[in-house]
Amino acid sequence: MQMQNKKALLYAIICVFSATAPFLFPAYGTQLATLWLMIIVALSWDMTGGQMGYNSLGNIFFYGTGMYVAAVVGIGLVYDVGEYTSAHGGGITNFTDAEYFTGLFLGIFAAGIFCAATAFIIGFVTFGLRGPYFAIGTLGVAIAAGELVSNWDWIGGGQGIALPVYPADNFDEAKVFFYFLFCATGISLFLFLKWFYKTRFGAAINAIRDDEEKADAMGIHTLRYKLVAWSIAAFFVGIAGGISAYQLIHFEPLETAYQTINLGIFMVVCVLLGGKGTLWGPVVGAILFHLFKEITWNYFLGWQWVALGALIIVTVVYFQDGVMGYLQYKKPQWFGITVDRKQDQAETT
Amino acid sequence: MSDTIIEVSHVSKSFGGVKANTDVSMMVERGGITGLIGPNGSGKTTLFNSIVGYHPIDGGSIRFEGQEISDLSVQKIARLGLLRTFQQTRIYGAMNCVENMLISLPHRKMSLMDAFKQNTKEDYERADHLLEFVGLYEKRKLLSGDLSFGQQKLLEFAMALMNEPTCLLLDEPTAGINPTLINGLIDRLKRANTEFGITLFIIEHNMRVIMNMAESIYCLAHGEMLAQGSPEEIQNDQRVIDAYLGAH
Repeated sequence: MQMQNKKALLYAIICVFSATAPFLFPAYGTQLATLWLMIIVALSWDMTGGQMGYNSLGNIFFYGTGMYVAAVVGIGLVYDVGEYTSAHGGGITNFTDAEYFTGLFLGIFAAGIFCAATAFIIGFVTFGLRGPYFAIGTLGVAIAAGELVSNWDWIGGGQGIALPVYPADNFDEAKVFFYFLFCATGISLFLFLKWFYKTRFGAAINAIRDDEEKADAMGIHTLRYKLVAWSIAAFFVGIAGGISAYQLIHFEPLETAYQTINLGIFMVVCVLLGGKGTLWGPVVGAILFHLFKEITWNYFLGWQWVALGALIIVTVVYFQDGVMGYLQYKKPQWFGITVDRKQDQAETT
Repeated sequence: MSDTIIEVSHVSKSFGGVKANTDVSMMVERGGITGLIGPNGSGKTTLFNSIVGYHPIDGGSIRFEGQEISDLSVQKIARLGLLRTFQQTRIYGAMNCVENMLISLPHRKMSLMDAFKQNTKEDYERADHLLEFVGLYEKRKLLSGDLSFGQQKLLEFAMALMNEPTCLLLDEPTAGINPTLINGLIDRLKRANTEFGITLFIIEHNMRVIMNMAESIYCLAHGEMLAQGSPEEIQNDQRVIDAYLGAH
């Protein structure tokens, strides 16, 4: 019971902090929003990477695609997309408040749905690959998509798309608005996963991770579960991309949307740092990673990429289980894992 | 016909130049216990793998309950209710025994929506019951990777039962098990057959075990079906004795 009270308290503190953070630290509004973005992409990466054993390096594809879908839907409701993008700063960017918000919410939702559907289709091909080949295959999808999109003039080509600006005179209001969009998505995703990992579906993807051949032999619909799990992950990454599109206002294909070497790798590092295959690991990892990144960017400018590279190497080589994995090893009883008979009896009595 | 559950006819399988199975034909009776013996390398496991769809066969036909299954995938065959255990035991070592059992719930009876549900109280009770059946109830909360090899075999057997198969293919169920536990295992296999009505098809090297259990035994040698008959007939078959002693 005491453990449950502690957990409830922890959740309450997190909720209160999440709700007040942008007002307590107004100067860090965008940073906090980015932190939630990292949490979202890390949690959704862990669905396949940590829980299912399929390390995708291409989840950034859904982030970029989400951006474009959200933008195209949001613009397309009001203007012809081709005309809008070719005018690029030519003046036809008048959106009423109603048009802006309808476009934004519809666009973000459409981004999620579109990415989920895309994951389902691409999955038929990529899930034929195993281990490192899956990682490379998915990375290829993301890189190819970036190149294709940057040559597609209808959606702005290499210049990208400039979206309308949040309709408020006060710039801080926009920051808070996007913070809460990310925050709500992140909390929804966390609560969804907390429930999801306890279902039979969650057990089935763990079975696929631990021994796919055995899972096959037991008649588990492995491909179906893989496709659906990846689609759910893609849904949330797509939504995060859609929000990012409106938050950033302007984005372009290679450095912002399909940023394979930045966010595409960061999400993996977050999960490894925090502990893959655990519910809290991606959250802890995202917070630590984001802190590390911001500190090095601010105080060790010029060396920030070196520091980041060093962190990645140390994590991958020496600290593969991450923070939560380490805790699980040191304190298995916190996670309900029984190691010997004595503890088993103590638990049941 | 109606009481034949698996019908293998004229199945051949070769790996490069090695002919693992040549023109093998056999039948497994529904509700019975059928044995498959043969010296090392005689193609027993290859035949098992062919039946469960682990690799395509070069020729012949395999029917399960009258349905041709030689072109189906492993999963689909498993979902028909034809399940196998592995010679090298395969369990999910990072999970405890109960979790292993719950993963083994028959997914063929599960729609995608069912998968989004949590396991019911009945599922847990069934898992506990079957773990008790194989004698692992005391260890149910332990990580299955920490169990001994013999216990892992018992767990794998319990997992197979959890899946409610119609027919179970067991690849050397007693190999690596402490001799004192073997009698208990024989008893449990027999009870799985009589109480749960599961047809068993068993590869076994331990002659005492297979002669005790099986009603009908097939003997493979050099990838060819050498003999078939009751345990007594097989024990007295000169060809079988020669095969084991290396007269071939």
